[in-house]
Amino acid sequence: MERIQIADLSLQVETAGEGRPLLFLHGGDYFAQNRTFLERLAQRWQVLIPRHPGFGGSERPDGFRSVHDLAYLYLDLLDRQLLRDVVLVGSSLGGWIGLEMCARSVERIGRLALIDTLGVKFGGREQRDIADIYALPTHEVLRRTFFAPERAAPDHSGLDDAEALSIASDRAATTLYGWRPYMHDPGLRRWLHRVSAPTLVLWGQSDGIVSPDYGEELCRSLPNARFELISEAGHYPHIERPDAVAEAIEKFARVEVAS
Amino acid sequence: MKVWHFSEMAYHPAWPELRDSYRVVIPNRLYDPKIGADLYHRYLDEWALCDELGINIMTNEHHATATCADSVCTIPMAILARETKKVRLLALGMPIGNRNDPIRVAEEYSMLDVISRGRIEMGFVKGVPFEISPANTNPADLMERFWEAHDLILKAMTTHDGPFNWEGTHFHYRSVNVWPRPWQEPHPPVWMPVGSPGSAAEAAERGMTIGVLNTGWVRTPPIFEAYRKRAAEAGRPATPGRLAYMALIGVGDSREEGQRRADQILDYSRTSGIVAPQFMNPPGYASVAQSAQALRMSGAGFRAGRIQSRDGRAIDPRKMTVDDAIDAGLSFAGTPDDVFDQLRAFYDHVGGFGHLLMMGQGGLLSHEETVANLTLFSKEVLPRLSELG
Repeated sequence: MERIQIADLSLQVETAGEGRPLLFLHGGDYFAQNRTFLERLAQRWQVLIPRHPGFGGSERPDGFRSVHDLAYLYLDLLDRQLLRDVVLVGSSLGGWIGLEMCARSVERIGRLALIDTLGVKFGGREQRDIADIYALPTHEVLRRTFFAPERAAPDHSGLDDAEALSIASDRAATTLYGWRPYMHDPGLRRWLHRVSAPTLVLWGQSDGIVSPDYGEELCRSLPNARFELISEAGHYPHIERPDAVAEAIEKFARVEVAS
Repeated sequence: MKVWHFSEMAYHPAWPELRDSYRVVIPNRLYDPKIGADLYHRYLDEWALCDELGINIMTNEHHATATCADSVCTIPMAILARETKKVRLLALGMPIGNRNDPIRVAEEYSMLDVISRGRIEMGFVKGVPFEISPANTNPADLMERFWEAHDLILKAMTTHDGPFNWEGTHFHYRSVNVWPRPWQEPHPPVWMPVGSPGSAAEAAERGMTIGVLNTGWVRTPPIFEAYRKRAAEAGRPATPGRLAYMALIGVGDSREEGQRRADQILDYSRTSGIVAPQFMNPPGYASVAQSAQALRMSGAGFRAGRIQSRDGRAIDPRKMTVDDAIDAGLSFAGTPDDVFDQLRAFYDHVGGFGHLLMMGQGGLLSHEETVANLTLFSKEVLPRLSELG
């Protein structure tokens, strides 16, 4: 784990593998479960895995509280590390951060892969695009989150202190960044045309948090995107089907580079 | 010792139709406004009677619930500010971290203070976790918002050469200028309910009066002790008048009658915690350490162990008997002598306090029974409270 100083913030970044840079932006929950997917990506890329400020007990300066702050932070990270032609992969909340980054600048971003991303409001004011995970019973949230919750959902009863604190801190940080407006930025849809990097919109076929229909609408709203469903997967397809998602990203990066 | 009568103005006619949640997700088709109007008027009559009995008045508020139909704590206070003449009026209170407009709070309290000719005591509350969903406020920075609202409200009520500017983290006004100014100088007394030694210390630093609710024999002493210690360190008064304790009180001509009244009031405790579990601990509301602990217990542990017997045994509030509640120090019940003796034992156990928040009505306790309860208390118990010191 490396610490990179960006303005008044000491960012925790883990780096794995070698090759072209890939920035992975994690979602709001299940951080530990990203491991298998990230190890697979690290066979081909130099994978940078920052911990969003406030998550996992990491430092978050006063007033650093919005997804916009996260977007500027990671644009700064790319500048600071002088990275070019970056493959940016974002899951859920991380995908939202990726969209906000690309709406601001794609200068250092070669490819964008969004996995069941949040962040955009498409429906009307009485329509909920993103399931309210804070108002649903736990079993229902799990059912909507995973294709096979009995296999994919971690058992929290055996956690040690550090693991339990880390997850609780992730969840608190997610509410801080995403509580209201709920998991989206009302202004983002207007600027999606600026997300000009070649984009792969990946979606778990059984995602009950944000539906594949939402993903398709997002794809249509982006200037240079294509959509791909991952079967037998919910909101975190890279956790339930790490190889399938990694292969899709590898193919996307290769094909697009070749063309 | 000042005594305050408190009722949540429960809409109990809906209770038989409720099961797993008495809050947040229950549709208001279960509320009949005609029955609700009768209930409001009888609860208000009971508070109005307090003016004659020498018992002060306390209101509170909750949202989207059949356990408490008082969704705006300043509305009954507004009625009672004119309907009563002598007793003091406490709202405990206003959930200022959940309200979007602190200036409106300053205006409501100031107006009430003037109409009542200086009888208002103003409570600022964090609010229970299941208030987050109805307010849709961010639980992760609730207390940050609470303290900014607190500072702004007090500044608005004490600034008499306004307008002034406020561009804070959460609240933004370029022309704060509250009319009317409050009657009391520099402002009405400020209260805060607390449930832990940590929040007691925060209140002590600011000289606030703390209201301690449902903490009982085991949890109350460390809270009062934390207040006294921090107040002394901060040079703030640590007098009994800064400490308030809430108890469910049933008094009768016989022990049986007093306990029967307490038993009905206890339906407040039996119902108020029945909430769909997902609303019990929105992430960020409690400390990370508390949430981590709850996570390992699949969430079942959050808010567990809040009610304890004198010897530290956990009591399930849904099944609590009057004997349990008396043992736990949550209720004082029986004849006037019983009530006084139980109160004195508790008072000595916790090192004294200056305010007794008396839940004199709760659950299905009828108007006639409530009037009898309050009247007997005022005649037979209230005069003896000076013996406590």
